[in-house]
Amino acid sequence: MAGGPRRQYNNPIIRWIEYRLPIVSTMEATLGRDMPTPRNLNYWWSMGMILTVALAIQILTGIFLAMHYVPTAEGAFDSVERIMRDVNNGWMIRYMHANGASLFFAAVYIHIMRGLYYGSYKAPRELLWILGVLLLFIMMATAFIGYVLPWGQMSFWGATVITNLFSAIPLIGETLTTWIWGGFAVDNPTLNRFFSLHYLLPFVIAGITVLHIWALHVHGPSNPLGISPKGKHDTLPYHPYYTTKYLTVFGITLIIFAFFVFYEPLYLNHPDSFKPADPLSTPSHIVPEWYFLPFYAILRAIPDKLGGVIMFIASVAILFLVPFLDTSKVRSARFRPIYKQFYWIFIADVLLLGWCGSQPAGGIALLLARLGTVYYFAHFLLVMPLVGWFEKPRAIPEGISKPVIPKERAGFTAETSPEAAE
Amino acid sequence: MKLNYYLKIIFPISIILVTNFAFAAGDAPVPPKRQWSFNGMFGTFERDKLQRGFKVYQEVCASCHSLKYINFRNLTEIGFTNDEAKFIASQATVPGGIDDEGEAFERPGRLSDPLPRPFPNDNAARAANGGALPPDLSLITKNRNYGPNYIFALLTGYVDPPDGYELSPGMSYNEWYPGHQIAMASPLSDEIVDYPDGTKATISQMAEDITHFLHWAANPELEERHSLGFQVLIFLTLLTVLFWFVKRAVWRKIDH
Amino acid sequence: MSSTVGKDHDKEASRRDFLFITAGAASLVGAGMAVWPFINSMNPAKDTLALASTEVDLSPIEEGQRLTVMWRKKPVFIDHRTKDQIDQARNVELSTLKDPQSDSERVQRPEWLVMVGICTHLGCIPKGQRTGDQLGEYKGWFCPCHGSHYDTSGRIRKGPAPTNLPVPPYKFTNETTIQIG
Repeated sequence: MAGGPRRQYNNPIIRWIEYRLPIVSTMEATLGRDMPTPRNLNYWWSMGMILTVALAIQILTGIFLAMHYVPTAEGAFDSVERIMRDVNNGWMIRYMHANGASLFFAAVYIHIMRGLYYGSYKAPRELLWILGVLLLFIMMATAFIGYVLPWGQMSFWGATVITNLFSAIPLIGETLTTWIWGGFAVDNPTLNRFFSLHYLLPFVIAGITVLHIWALHVHGPSNPLGISPKGKHDTLPYHPYYTTKYLTVFGITLIIFAFFVFYEPLYLNHPDSFKPADPLSTPSHIVPEWYFLPFYAILRAIPDKLGGVIMFIASVAILFLVPFLDTSKVRSARFRPIYKQFYWIFIADVLLLGWCGSQPAGGIALLLARLGTVYYFAHFLLVMPLVGWFEKPRAIPEGISKPVIPKERAGFTAETSPEAAE
Repeated sequence: MKLNYYLKIIFPISIILVTNFAFAAGDAPVPPKRQWSFNGMFGTFERDKLQRGFKVYQEVCASCHSLKYINFRNLTEIGFTNDEAKFIASQATVPGGIDDEGEAFERPGRLSDPLPRPFPNDNAARAANGGALPPDLSLITKNRNYGPNYIFALLTGYVDPPDGYELSPGMSYNEWYPGHQIAMASPLSDEIVDYPDGTKATISQMAEDITHFLHWAANPELEERHSLGFQVLIFLTLLTVLFWFVKRAVWRKIDH
Repeated sequence: MSSTVGKDHDKEASRRDFLFITAGAASLVGAGMAVWPFINSMNPAKDTLALASTEVDLSPIEEGQRLTVMWRKKPVFIDHRTKDQIDQARNVELSTLKDPQSDSERVQRPEWLVMVGICTHLGCIPKGQRTGDQLGEYKGWFCPCHGSHYDTSGRIRKGPAPTNLPVPPYKFTNETTIQIG
């Protein structure tokens, strides 16, 4: 945060507080709306705002669900049905919470894809990116734990399968798993602690989000051209320009969200979630929620238990290393003809892995999952470092405000010329 | 550049593939689609079907299957008056708790009571049904792939096994049951229920009515959800259009 | 500044203001409507409301006996009053009462007194329902927490309680059954 003189306020109450505790100016500097923002951000930059909204929806609906939910193996399933049937508007709050998780992940994946495409992780924003990957990890843990709470068949067996991953760790695996369960199988103690953690972790996410946004404010957001603003003529205040621009995205997101909540609330659900947990019978085909499918495919692609677990964790953890694996001097994929193509191969690969994860284990899906896993890691470990070295980037415009340099000089074609602001 | 375009075509196709995963389950036969009044954005339940379906439940299903999340008071939601629901409740005997001497006693049902269960617990249910547990029906249409279509197909799907098919003793052959061998014998037969409204109780009619009723039992909020959802969508659409105009007004003076 | 340009400018500015105000107001309305389901979810749920009324069979209660039943998780005192108790309750000068109310206002049938058995002072349960309980100076009920005395009509006569024991809504569904709530 910049030093220098603090801002003066006209409101006497704020002035009174500021003199004693400079919280308002600190918040404005770290999270505030005055951040000078490159004038050429496109709609892909709206996901940060959507994610904040998604977090707010989840916390709000979650708090009200927790008022009616009973975190015991005996009572959980019944209490969820009571929420759906008897609690006033309970069905709406629950369907919002269940589909809110999908909204959250959809937005976070777009957010990450945008970062990978436009090189948002590059200096000086490495820590911003790393905090983001940390948020992704905690989000995944929260979502997984939350999925266990309704205590249906999918909850129970999902919990069993995932907690059993820890038993692959040599020496301490068994002890660790028993510790996580608080017993000798997934049971009431497990459900109790999962509920406690599911209530805690969203606030951890909120806290790290503050750090994430603070880090964002230090150097401001990156932009589609990947060149830093060179002065006032290249930037706009975030408010009102980007607040209003992204409000439209917010509105469209809410429309899509409401459609799912009110008309297809179970589209992403699995029928087995509506059978109470039964420790004596495993559903014939268990699948995780859609947002875990690519990682689940990687887990199953490895024939070794411990190896599978390591790759499973590595598939997310490798994102931590992205700022250091990418050797290109150029941020935006717009000016990186070769990386850009690998980028789309990568996206297709993740979707392919997702499809593999949804299929029963074995057969063609397993083969494709193995190939997909190889490319997934090769993209980070080989493509990112090597393409950065060999690729000859396109000509980069001189500044955000005058991105179009004379065509003859730069050899721009209409197809590749970067759009100016918007 | 060509590759790039290819990939941009593959991208949406893959998305469709991925989002379709949920219902591409297993090798169970896919039951035919039926028209239900509760489908679609304006879908509602038909009260006469619900009430007939309740009669089928009471007279046919209830001897083996519980419906534990439905209470007598909920019957007013399917078009019974309060007094009718009270009367239906009073015909049932429900556990009344513990009396002053410490003995369990029974009493006539009240509106606040859940529908009585046919068996006191799962073991009793298994013992009475040759080892198979008749599932609770409150959530059955949500708990099966293809939901109502499956339930209807199952109830009308009892046929003779193909030649040479080895049927285990006590089992029945059903076209739509995964694996075809089902422990439940065909529950419906023509005129097994006497409809007070004069509707002819064919197997297909009863299957339709009970499926309708069970889908309500699994989704009692459906009608409210549909009508409220429509208002919410209209409001959000208008709001989004407003937001769009605000954005345009703010950005008017910015060259882009 | 040329007047036409100024007018156009004003027009545009006022149109923009109108847009902002409309959008802001619509957002506020939307937020308000979105908040209500959450607040409402804290109100009693349907299963709770279904238990909001209780039927009580009065036939086993003999004259002079008192019975406590639960209604909405609260104790309700039912008193089958004797002739003496009724007379005692009716022969009171209303002006001497702290919370003036005639006995006939408090009962539907003189022999049956039905009221919520929670002291109006700070929520304790007054004594008087069991044989041998302290009945207080007015032979009705006595709250041991802070010494409130109630008479045979459940009215406050002495002590810190501000009002009479409240009478819940109830009706006789037949000669010997009441439905409370």
